[in-house]
Amino acid sequence: MRESMDYTILIGGKAGQGLQTIGGVLARLFSRMGYHVFSHQDYMSRIRGGHNFYQLRFSDKEVSSSKKKAHIIVALDLTTIELHKEDLEENGIIIFDAQSVKQTFTGQEYLNVPFDKIAVENGGDKIMSNTAAIGAVLGMLRLEMTLLEEIIHTNLKKKGNDIINKNILTAKAGYQYAINECTQCSFAVSMPGKNGNMLIDTSQAVGLGSIMSGCKFYCGYPMTPSTAVMNYIGSKAQEYSIVVEQTEDEISSINMALGASYGGVRSMTGSSGGGFALMTEGVSLAGMMELPVVITLAQRPGPATGLPTRTEQGDLLFVLHSGHGEFPRVVFAPGNPEQGLYLTNKAFDLAEKYQIPAFIITDQYIADAQWTYESLDTNNLVYNDYRLRSSEGEEAESAYKRYSFSEGAVSPLAVPGDSKRLVVLDSDEHDEDGHMIEDAEMRTKMMQKRLFQKLPLIQQEIEAPFYFGGEKPDIVVTGWGSTYGIIKDAVMSLSKTQNIAMLHFSQIYPLPLYEHFDYLKILSEARITICVENNATGQFAYLMRAETGYKFTHNINHFDGRPFLLESLTGEINECIERL
Amino acid sequence: MNALSDYKGQEPAWCPGCGNFPILETLKTALFELGMESHQFTIVSGIGQAAKLPHYLKCNTFNGLHGRALPPATGMRLVNHEMPVIVTSGDGDCYGEGGNHLIHAIRRNINVTLLVHDNQIYGLTKGQASPTTTEGVVTKTQPFGANASELNPISLAIGLDCSFVARGYAADSVFLKSIIKEAITHKGFALVDILQPCVTFNKLNTYSWYKERVYHLDETYNPYDRAEAFKLAIKPPDKIPTGIIYKNNKLTFEERISILKESPLVKQGFSLKTTLKELDTFY
Repeated sequence: MRESMDYTILIGGKAGQGLQTIGGVLARLFSRMGYHVFSHQDYMSRIRGGHNFYQLRFSDKEVSSSKKKAHIIVALDLTTIELHKEDLEENGIIIFDAQSVKQTFTGQEYLNVPFDKIAVENGGDKIMSNTAAIGAVLGMLRLEMTLLEEIIHTNLKKKGNDIINKNILTAKAGYQYAINECTQCSFAVSMPGKNGNMLIDTSQAVGLGSIMSGCKFYCGYPMTPSTAVMNYIGSKAQEYSIVVEQTEDEISSINMALGASYGGVRSMTGSSGGGFALMTEGVSLAGMMELPVVITLAQRPGPATGLPTRTEQGDLLFVLHSGHGEFPRVVFAPGNPEQGLYLTNKAFDLAEKYQIPAFIITDQYIADAQWTYESLDTNNLVYNDYRLRSSEGEEAESAYKRYSFSEGAVSPLAVPGDSKRLVVLDSDEHDEDGHMIEDAEMRTKMMQKRLFQKLPLIQQEIEAPFYFGGEKPDIVVTGWGSTYGIIKDAVMSLSKTQNIAMLHFSQIYPLPLYEHFDYLKILSEARITICVENNATGQFAYLMRAETGYKFTHNINHFDGRPFLLESLTGEINECIERL
Repeated sequence: MNALSDYKGQEPAWCPGCGNFPILETLKTALFELGMESHQFTIVSGIGQAAKLPHYLKCNTFNGLHGRALPPATGMRLVNHEMPVIVTSGDGDCYGEGGNHLIHAIRRNINVTLLVHDNQIYGLTKGQASPTTTEGVVTKTQPFGANASELNPISLAIGLDCSFVARGYAADSVFLKSIIKEAITHKGFALVDILQPCVTFNKLNTYSWYKERVYHLDETYNPYDRAEAFKLAIKPPDKIPTGIIYKNNKLTFEERISILKESPLVKQGFSLKTTLKELDTFY
């Protein structure tokens, strides 16, 4: 069997140099050509300067993680060359503009492409140097220019024909330069696919999922990396009639979202790190009032301000326990955009069906990472309106009790102003009518209804974890949330020589019942079980131990604020195997 | 609506003689006279003695968290701008814990009526200084006297160009009722600071203390003059003007959101099918 094509391109430079534009256009281009793409971003907490990079991997087979080694490095500054030259694959090439980085490099692995000069000569402006770089990359890969012209047309439509033509000329010149000058280029790019693929990141998928679930209200306070969801929903707000409000703080966000939910629509809020910490009293309010709300948490490394633009899975236990007091919730952590879409829809459904807060947790890495799909399945998306909106006559409506015991765990939630029903919600412990009480008997009954009667119903809704492997694996690598792709790629590559399986949880809390799939049996019977987490203390391993009594034989934990990369994770899994 | 008695809610748990009683009765009368039936409006509150009010007046109720009444009130208005929303709050709840929300609710000019039962002391937690407690007043937690100067909600609101700023006095029911009725019918954010004696914990600002100082703004006063209103707001408190101190007719927040023009959000339907085309934008 022919080795499949698998190339990595890294674009590095200072913030503000446009490396996201170069990376974004290339990723879109490759996915439109029908290749599979995976990209991730590594950026500093600054608007200008510093060192950032955008890394994309493209292949003719599915890819779901980033590698450390790159085949092409587009260096927009000197730092990129200095920091990443060790990451160059064999026969890889670094392209740079010697005049712009004010230094030249010789050797087989370097190609000086005068981006600025090409831009000035063909487009009349240095501003188009990134277009020259994109053209050059295509030339190095000997790919066709046609689709790039299409993308330039779409992206620059608002700027007019003159700018479009100048960019096309510049791209072509960059392309031709690489064809002529890159004599050492030996990339063997396979034929593109017949159909173009979708390119989507998980922030967009969560935003899309909320729109497709009938979310009518989103509010939040800007905070990296959660803002992308708000940006996406905001960009569609007019078209789908959604109110998107930037609040004065995150305390306001959660309380405003709850007010909107009370008003009778599906609502959502989101934040990161400290912003979410501010929301926790409101989370507890949702628990007490039994008000549906969906909350997305895009994790970043803490404590406190931590590493604002970097990645970590450090808030799982915080989310599980966020909010004072005891009340039910669901916690989902999508491992890719496909799961992001599906689980956001499921979060909205369960939040309203059981009148609980539902969480979607991502992190910087998975929020920004782009994946390709031929298509996304929408047949599994649901929309049910669980609110009590029908009229039933004045007498019955006057007798409405918001927290009635007569319907079991879930008391019908009416919409204020919709009928004669009075909808009374209280943050104090309350009676069936919603009025504050202090007696022990009513308190106990309410806790029974709100918590113990709902829990088993919610647990039934949680689906089995993703499992990839044989019936009796020797080794099981387990993860949750954003590590789905990297674990999958690592286990796939190790499965050639090992009896190894992968277990991934995206519906995390409540943990799935064994009756759907006995993951505990698989784990207990394996020789080596490794829990991979992007945090210091192994929070999912802790949850498993607490909930099931199961203890993994090994843990791989990173807490440097960076995502796992394929070579290093495969190496660390191998170490666990060899150590035994 | 049949009678005033239809608004009767739970039995109040306030101290006998509390200034909250006349405010509750005045609000009921105002609502009755405006013809607003219990299911046709919503009262949102936070935590404090004033925040218990919606339990004592039959209505749609959101009795949320301390200091956080205005955000849910805003959320409610944004999804249903046909629903009148009244917030009942206190000086601690609104000017202390929830100060940030007050500033931004005024900036947004959300069409909400905010009634602040301002007794210049913390009642629920038993007598600590509030943001409006007079400087120097000794309490259990400020044994050497409150060291911060008192907050002036009227000048704060006028400074922010609040759409409606008024001051009432709890024991002056008839006049208070007229202010509350105007506040409810005013289009825009309406702040009514209601001076209210706390018979248990505030030994300074008593019924007789207020009686000596409170007076009505007469009909010659022009509440549309912001500079005059500000002058009035910062006068020394030996005489306390009550009535509508400032108002303007600027657009409400709801009016500035174009998707709300046709109908309230809660009445706009949804179909999953109409969103499927969104997937195409990712190719």
